[in-house]
Amino acid sequence: MEKRVRFKSRWLPWVLVAPQLAITLIFFYWPAAQALLQSVMMDAPFGGSLEFVGLDNFRQLFNDPDYLASFRTTAIFSILVAVCGLSISLLLAVMANRVVRGERFYKTLLIWPYAVAPVVAGVLWVFMFASPMGVIAFWLQAVGINWNHLLNSNHAMTLIIIAAVWKQISYNFLFFLAGLQSIPKSLIEAAAIDGASPWRRFWTIVFPLLSPTTFFLLVINVVYSFFDTFGIIDATTKGGPGKDTSILVYKVYYDGFKAMDMGGSAAQSVILMAIVVTLTVIQFRFVEKKVQY
Amino acid sequence: MASITLSKVFKSYGSGKTANQVIHGVSAEIHDGEFVVVVGPSGCGKSTLLRMVAGLEEISGGEISIGSRVVNDLEPSERDIAMVFQNYALYPHMSVFDNMAYGLKIARVPKDEIKARVDKAAKILELGQYLNRKPRELSGGQRQRVAMGRAIVRQPQVFLFDEPLSNLDAKLRAHTRLEIQKLHRDLGITSLFVTHDQVEAMTLAQRMIVMNAGIMEQFGTPEEVYARPASTFVATFIGSPPMNLIKEAPGAKPGVTVGIRPEHLDITDSGWALTVDALETLGAERLVYGRWQHGEGYELVIIRCDEGRPVPQLGSTIHVTPRPDRLHYFDTTTGKRI
Ligand SMILES: Nc1ncnc2c1ncn2[C@@H]1O[C@H](COP(=O)(O)OP(=O)(O)O)[C@@H](O)[C@H]1O
Ligand SMILES: [Mg+2]
Repeated sequence: MEKRVRFKSRWLPWVLVAPQLAITLIFFYWPAAQALLQSVMMDAPFGGSLEFVGLDNFRQLFNDPDYLASFRTTAIFSILVAVCGLSISLLLAVMANRVVRGERFYKTLLIWPYAVAPVVAGVLWVFMFASPMGVIAFWLQAVGINWNHLLNSNHAMTLIIIAAVWKQISYNFLFFLAGLQSIPKSLIEAAAIDGASPWRRFWTIVFPLLSPTTFFLLVINVVYSFFDTFGIIDATTKGGPGKDTSILVYKVYYDGFKAMDMGGSAAQSVILMAIVVTLTVIQFRFVEKKVQY
Repeated sequence: MASITLSKVFKSYGSGKTANQVIHGVSAEIHDGEFVVVVGPSGCGKSTLLRMVAGLEEISGGEISIGSRVVNDLEPSERDIAMVFQNYALYPHMSVFDNMAYGLKIARVPKDEIKARVDKAAKILELGQYLNRKPRELSGGQRQRVAMGRAIVRQPQVFLFDEPLSNLDAKLRAHTRLEIQKLHRDLGITSLFVTHDQVEAMTLAQRMIVMNAGIMEQFGTPEEVYARPASTFVATFIGSPPMNLIKEAPGAKPGVTVGIRPEHLDITDSGWALTVDALETLGAERLVYGRWQHGEGYELVIIRCDEGRPVPQLGSTIHVTPRPDRLHYFDTTTGKRI
């Protein structure tokens, strides 16, 4: 029996996919193409016309210490967000996997931060850390730490990492929990009979079997920290103090819309696009190559 | 090597009002070096019993000892047992070698001894050429042998098997049965083997525990269980086709159920009159289903005849005579042997 639906008319399939295609074209390919075009142009001095400058924008970027510093900031930020986010959610998932009663309650509690918009997440944490009345700032004061993320760049970095990790934990948690639940219980039991301590069981059986999930989440979290954290940064530190929390995506926005350097900003977004494409390719390659157990 | 003693073992899942008791006081003494099979229908609590011996399930009541030690509060790893799981539970990310060596590495056995022991087990189980493969690159039968190998290399006091053959096809199952028998002869390790398959139980067991709904119905050698079933449950569960149980047999006392195996009924010129309802030919033997009309209803009586006997006509009346020394009597209300 023919299982696939066959269309009699030739244009009907196109009509059906048209909305999706249109959305992709208008909201992704068009801006991307424009950024690409923009990145090899420069505003003529005193405005007016655009001038073709080849790779000058890129050359300028890589000679700009600010840009290189932003790379470093981004690297630190995303590594810390990914590592902290993954570790904390794995820990929570392992604990949830052991909970027999109240599992639903626990899960729901952990999932809701995901429903919060990045900006709101940022604002929430700013409130808590705002000195001197914020809850956390108040506690920190009590233990002798003078919290000020507007002046202290380590404080600022910590703040955005906490907010970014907090927002992403639920997503990671759900994937880790599903991964843990797909490991047959008898494997753990066999290892227990073989004499492995719970700690050893985790590191020699559970963790290796979770590695496809972990890798997938690693890529997702890096991409998230590169792009989706814009709202958090804008709501908390605005890239400051100085430019110490100005990660690449924030710098694109700042240079483009605040400093009005369209060419430079476009070149930066082209580089960002290249990074995300690379990550995605690595991801797919790995997923394809990684055989399912 | 060690004996296993179960005394009044109970198990309930859950607690309080929702508690569900699934093992109702099982006592048994398994001798050192013995091969004991636990057999019973699905859901009767065989796995639960085995897992309590392994330490994977808490014991709700009673006591389990391995050797001279009460093991109730010991971790699985402290009980000196090895277990073969139904789904084999091989570590999918490790090679066959590492699967077998895992427990030894944890026990800090020296490297060259690990290698020697794994190689020896691999040789016994004919796994030598697969040591570097991952479990997913093996056939079902090979995986099963790796699971056995993982148990052997540890040289435990007790082997526990939870339906290890049920995922194999019929031919491989028969073959593996023989291998397990041979292995037991060679190693002599006390073994507790769970299955729902009565043929497996009859062929493997030195003694067998027949379980029904969390109760041990009988514990004895296969011959005893076959020749003197302790209850109507055992009588019908062991033996294929099952024993005929006749409630109001001609000449029997009221309240007594008479049992007779199909092979112990002979077709004779006179005797108990039955109508031939159906015939089944199974190669070397033939089953005759005789209908015994009595009162309102009727009962089917199965008779097993050897090849070469004249074939009765469908619908005809035949006469059968039971061998008198092969009759079994059970209390109709309790089902127990009288
Ligand atoms: N983890 C569990 N929680 C609750 N009930 C269980 C659990 N495991 C088994 N049972 C119940 O215990 C009974 C015996 O199960 P089991 O020992 O697995 O039977 P068998 O191995 O003989 O098929 C079944 O009724 C089953 O539903
Ligand atoms: Mg079972």
